[in-house]
Amino acid sequence: MSSDATVTPVTGGFWEDTGKRGIASWIFSTDHKRIGLLYLYSVLGFFLVGVFLGVLIRLELMAPGPTIMTAKTYNAVFTVHGVVMIFLFIIPGIPASFGNLVMPIQIGARDVAFPRLNLLSWWLYAIGAVIVLTSLFTGGGAPDTGWTFYVPFSARTGTNVSLAVFGVFVLGFSSILTGVNFVTTIHRLRAEGMNWGRLPLFVWSLYATAWVQILATPIVAITLLMVIAERTLGVGLFDPSRGGDPVMYQHLFWIYSHPAVYIMILPAMGVISEVIPVFSRKPIFGYKMIAVSSVAIAAAGSVVWGHHMFTSGMSDTAVMVFSFLTFVVAIPSAIKVFNWVSTLYRGSISLEAPMLFALSFILLFSIGGLSGLILGAAATDIHVHDTHFVVGHFHYVMFGGTGFAFFAAAHYWLPKFYGRRYKEKPAIVAWALMFVGFNVMYFTMQVLGMKGMPRRYFDYLPEFARLNFVATVGSWILVTGLIIMLVNLWRGLLKGEPFEGNPWGGASLEWITATPPPTENFEEDPVVTHGPYDFKRAGEP
Amino acid sequence: MSDHDAHKEGSVHIVSYGQLVAVWVSLLLLTVTTVAVTRVDLGAGKVWAALAIACVKSGLVIAFFMHMKYEARLFRIIFFVALVTLAVFIGLTFFDVLYR
Repeated sequence: MSSDATVTPVTGGFWEDTGKRGIASWIFSTDHKRIGLLYLYSVLGFFLVGVFLGVLIRLELMAPGPTIMTAKTYNAVFTVHGVVMIFLFIIPGIPASFGNLVMPIQIGARDVAFPRLNLLSWWLYAIGAVIVLTSLFTGGGAPDTGWTFYVPFSARTGTNVSLAVFGVFVLGFSSILTGVNFVTTIHRLRAEGMNWGRLPLFVWSLYATAWVQILATPIVAITLLMVIAERTLGVGLFDPSRGGDPVMYQHLFWIYSHPAVYIMILPAMGVISEVIPVFSRKPIFGYKMIAVSSVAIAAAGSVVWGHHMFTSGMSDTAVMVFSFLTFVVAIPSAIKVFNWVSTLYRGSISLEAPMLFALSFILLFSIGGLSGLILGAAATDIHVHDTHFVVGHFHYVMFGGTGFAFFAAAHYWLPKFYGRRYKEKPAIVAWALMFVGFNVMYFTMQVLGMKGMPRRYFDYLPEFARLNFVATVGSWILVTGLIIMLVNLWRGLLKGEPFEGNPWGGASLEWITATPPPTENFEEDPVVTHGPYDFKRAGEP
Repeated sequence: MSDHDAHKEGSVHIVSYGQLVAVWVSLLLLTVTTVAVTRVDLGAGKVWAALAIACVKSGLVIAFFMHMKYEARLFRIIFFVALVTLAVFIGLTFFDVLYR
């Protein structure tokens, strides 16, 4: 069937209506949809780099002793894997790509509040990315500190930490600009009738995320400059022999980097809150609580950073305080999970690709979240800290959570913007392979961690050999699924069957405008008359 | 819009030289106090004394030199939110520093 429709490339709407030609119509465009796609392909590109490095790590750990690289290379590979995945993929990931694509349409706006600032944000991202990449091949070579750049090692290592850290500094500004833009857009550009109680939950989650981006990112920016000052000027901020405090670095780093975890996961939760009700054909359960819990997670998540430091020599009082606060964050997170499950209850569930990714998000995020409580309790954390248990935990949250939500969003929204759709069967096969491969790899890692296998080690004791081999096989299954998924999406969006109207039956505003949406999103500004999950009135503004 | 008007009003507000000099002199006096306080043995209180003086000084700079005193309410609220956030971050860090 689809072969009949393979002739014409994507056309119509914002794909055509532009004053510029060729690449300039993209890299100098101020249209939020084009910037969203620019971001999408940028972050996807870096995601693939990160995946490649991740596969190399797993290959090295497949058997004890040196397998495919030296210990020094291994240190650089896991550092760059972390830096690329965190700063170039997952932090900008959903907000900058799907947020930019969808959010202005969902609130009935023609664009974001500051379209040029939006473009500048992408340029800063691109410049930051180039700086980070340059740092890998110049100076003393790729950083070998781990993505956290902990002092005193980061202040002393001969590798190119200063440049990499400066690249991350620039990326921070890109993130802040997106945050400022989104907060302003959501406050000022909502269509008539789009009150706060009618905002789609994806928009609510972006709103909460944006505040974290604005308030927390400057702290890591300053901290990274302090590392550069330490390296180049030897000021002694973190050096005890000169009155400095190395633990203070960890505080400053995690004051940003823990809230950053919520910059990564909150928009993902927003995607899930969109997909679950649409594919259950049922209004979301507990709209208000999900909206409020986004803001609560952003607020509470900003004061729990100390749980990364239980074994750093921090005071016992602080350990207790941060442990308590960490448990507090579990409440709004659980509220979301329970509300999603309640939405499913007695719904008319249709298991299409976006829904499968969304459902697996709930399971994987819950496993990640619950293993987080093991790490949030100081007594158990001291046992498993810096082991593969931690690696398994955060991959469950970040990849099983945010990654799977990213794929759910891709299958849910991209056909809307391309006017063509992927094939369903390969999408489901890809999902199944990824789901199986994911669990084989990361669950095994958690077991390894419980048995005492440390993270960031090049070699390990022979008793860990079998499970490490299993985890590596898992990575191959996962990557196979990933390749099938990306090829299927790419082929489908370019020359798949036409995607018209509102085939999922969504009730938010992106489903009432043309496919693909016109440059200014709507033929005429919509006047909103119902909530985003009022499916009986889907198709009306 | 009232916010807009208030902002316009703020941007044309001119602070008199006398007032500016008065603020400057009080900043100098507070700096002298900061130095003087280090000569007195206050124990753990010395950090709080230094922080208190620094707060008053930055408050003066923000209110008069940066015109926050004459800005619209919205800007003052946003500034206050940032300040509270910073205070929370520093405050929680003190659970470590003070009890280590």
